[in-house]
Amino acid sequence: MRWMWIDRIVSLEPGERLVAIKHVSMAEEHLHDHFPASPVTDRDATPVMPASLILEGMAQTAGILVGHTRSFREKVILAKISKAQLRCDATPGCTIRYDARLTNIDDAGAATSGVVEMRDADQSEFTPVGAIDLMFGHADQNMAGVEFPEHNFVFSESFRTLLETSGVPADF
Amino acid sequence: MSRDEVFEKVQEVLVDALGVDDDEVTLQASLTKDLEAESIDFLDIVFKLEQAFGFKIEQGELFPENVAQDPEFVQDGRLTDKGLAALKERLPHIDLASFEQNPEITKVAEVFTVDSLVNFVERKLAASV
Repeated sequence: MRWMWIDRIVSLEPGERLVAIKHVSMAEEHLHDHFPASPVTDRDATPVMPASLILEGMAQTAGILVGHTRSFREKVILAKISKAQLRCDATPGCTIRYDARLTNIDDAGAATSGVVEMRDADQSEFTPVGAIDLMFGHADQNMAGVEFPEHNFVFSESFRTLLETSGVPADF
Repeated sequence: MSRDEVFEKVQEVLVDALGVDDDEVTLQASLTKDLEAESIDFLDIVFKLEQAFGFKIEQGELFPENVAQDPEFVQDGRLTDKGLAALKERLPHIDLASFEQNPEITKVAEVFTVDSLVNFVERKLAASV
C-alpha cells in the first residue's frame, strides 16, 4: 500500500488545478521521533511534520493532477523539485492545503506550480506558507528508451481509494 | 529580437532551470558537461523556452529522441554515418563538427551548448515572422 500524504481532494479543475488537504495528527508515529525530547539540550518534545513529507504531499497532489490530465494512462514519476520554500512548521492539529496548478504538459512529462497553505486548529482561514514547483516525467516516454511494466504501478489502489472517497471518478 | 537579447533570455532560462550562475552560462558552455543538466532538465528547458519566447516546441525538435536506441544509427557505441546524417537533418541548430571526429554515443549530449539553444530560438523566431 502506498503511503498517502493527502487525506482528501477538495477541488479539481481538470487539466488545470487540483487542491487537496492533509490533517496533521499526533497519531502519526513519526512525529514522536521528529523531534523527541532531549535531556542533553534540555529540549521538550517538538512534533513537527518533516518538510520532506510536505514535499511528498504536494508531489501526490500535483501527480494526480498530471495523471488525471492524461486519463491515468501515463506512469507519472516525480523527476525534479524545481523550487521548494516553506516558511512555517506543520504541527499536530493543523491542516495543510496543497494547491497545485499545471503549468505545462506534453508527451514527455509535465511541470506544476504549487502553493502550500496552513490553517491552525483555532483558525478559520488558510495562510500561504510556501511554494513548491515540480517536474514529472512520463516513465514510458523516457529519453533513454527504458521499458517499464505495462500496468500502471504509480496510480495504485491507494490512489483509487483517495479519488473515490473524494468523489472523483477513478475509472482507470 | 537581436542575438544578444535572445542570449540574455536563454541565460535567464538556464539560470532558473539549472540553478547555475549567470557567468557560467556562456555561449560555449555545454548543457551537460559544464552546466550539469540531466535528462529531466531538458524537458524543463523546453517548457521554460516556450514560456519565455511564446512558441511551441514539438517533442524531439530541440533535443533528439530515439537516436541511441536505433541500431541503424548506433553501432559499437558510436553514431553511424546514417545516424550523423539523421542528427544533422533533425537538428540544424547544432554544430556537430567536433563531435563528428569521435562520435561516441555517450558524448552526444555534450553537443548541446548554450550557443545551440540561441541558434534554435533564432530559427524559431525567424520562422514565425
